[in-house]
Amino acid sequence: MTDAPTNQRLETGAEDDTVWVQEVAFIDSVPRSIAMTFVFVVFIGTWDLVTRLGLVSPIILPTPWETFSDMIFVGNNLLSGGYMLVALWITVKEVIYGFALAIAIGFSLGVLVGETAFGEKAVMPYLVAIDTMPKVAFAPLFVAWLGFGIESKVALAAFIATFPIVVGTAAGLHSADENARMLFKTMGASRMQTLIKMKLPTGLPQIFTGLKIGAVGVMAGAITGEFLGGGKGFGELIRVAASQLNTPRVFSLILYLSLVGLVLYLIVQWTQRRVVFWQKESVGAHDH
Amino acid sequence: MNASLAHENSGASPDAPVYELTNVSKTYARNAVVALEDVNLTLRHGSFTSVIGSSGCGKSTLLKIMAGLIPPTKGRVILQDKPVTGPRRDIGMMFQQATLFPWKTAVENIVLPIEIRDGKAAAKLAREKAHDLLDIVGLKGFENVYPNELSGGMAQRASICRMLITEPAVLLLDEPFSALDELSRDMMNMELQRICREQDATAFLVTHSIQEAVILSDEIVVMKPRPGRIAEIVHVDLPRPRTLDMMTTPRFGEIVDHIRGMLDKGENM
Repeated sequence: MTDAPTNQRLETGAEDDTVWVQEVAFIDSVPRSIAMTFVFVVFIGTWDLVTRLGLVSPIILPTPWETFSDMIFVGNNLLSGGYMLVALWITVKEVIYGFALAIAIGFSLGVLVGETAFGEKAVMPYLVAIDTMPKVAFAPLFVAWLGFGIESKVALAAFIATFPIVVGTAAGLHSADENARMLFKTMGASRMQTLIKMKLPTGLPQIFTGLKIGAVGVMAGAITGEFLGGGKGFGELIRVAASQLNTPRVFSLILYLSLVGLVLYLIVQWTQRRVVFWQKESVGAHDH
Repeated sequence: MNASLAHENSGASPDAPVYELTNVSKTYARNAVVALEDVNLTLRHGSFTSVIGSSGCGKSTLLKIMAGLIPPTKGRVILQDKPVTGPRRDIGMMFQQATLFPWKTAVENIVLPIEIRDGKAAAKLAREKAHDLLDIVGLKGFENVYPNELSGGMAQRASICRMLITEPAVLLLDEPFSALDELSRDMMNMELQRICREQDATAFLVTHSIQEAVILSDEIVVMKPRPGRIAEIVHVDLPRPRTLDMMTTPRFGEIVDHIRGMLDKGENM
């Protein structure tokens, strides 16, 4: 777009007999909001049609309108401080504690693995081995060790979210290029100075990628923990609603829950934009 | 302003040796490769020396030894009467990439060597000097700009400032402009010449370009590979200051041809 004036200048005088005009694809001329609304309408329309024609039993799939009215019911309960808000708050606490724990452990292990030869040689293989295990399978163990309270959910949430943060941190510390390392050597920088003033800032984009993946995992961990270990959180509400075949309720609870996950993700993204201000946006990069 | 940037050794006579390498050899133990064999080299105060040679001739090993990044297996490396045993404040270095850090402004990048060596307070005091240096390289007004907003040539100018901020006695330049396009490269080379004259600097340039070596240097060290050693030291007798026009003179062509002939011989060995 920036070179438009140049094109114009080249084209003047040939305006009438321009034979080759740049074509604009239709989707490029549609604003994102309209395109997104279109998909939403098609989705709801298909959903409505499927339920209306009775293709699927209403117990398995409620109509969109049933789901919406249940969302309003749940929303009212949340806003008026009902039992659902209490449950939501428990889940939010699990997520926050779990994420904080995952950041602390993940970052420390990431520095150990990414910065020290010992960590890379001796610790990393074990981390990789544990990471390949289905971590949800550890849930019963956490319940056995930590009980049916919030602790076992926090542990599972943290357990799942830790690994992407370790990997992101270690990869981030490795991302400094040879020139930067050599430059710091020639300046006589200590190992600590090199780590804090060069490797960590250089690795921040990868570290934040790890945090974003971890933020998604921590939600999954908390809810899985509640499914398998009881408790009083939102996951328990979903489990109870599902066991009563109250599918509209399950849908609306999941939607509210996803809002929590979205908020957490957006907080991480917002922090990233503040902290890693020099990083170019990856979304929308095709415009450049 | 230049007075404040002058080196400690500015009182030294113009031909005094600044950097002396005696019988320097480097063998990499891991694969018993002789990277350098008996290199003898003297850089005189205020001179410009280039090293040229095909890949594997040991020039980057030589540069790393001179920068104090790796120790030689044998031989003496003396800078300003003191043996080089590690990175030093009086060694300035510049790389192929500008390597400016995107989270720091131009000035913050330039005072980084001071921040590392003397702490944040000293770095703050050095800001004024950084402003002067930016002025010298023609980047006045870009003090608080982040590197993302600088062009390749501008970034290299800023990295020149970062190299000069500690007032080094010797400048080690590792193909500093090879990532730039040819036009900017010629321009930056002339800039480099001017800055070296103004700062009375002793410079050592690693390059792949014979033309670049000839237009900038007083002496050109031609190296041969396997084992890496000095084949010849060519004295360039073109008058100073050099201009880009000189690249079309017969004398320039003769020197270039001579060096190319030597490098070709090296290839066939």
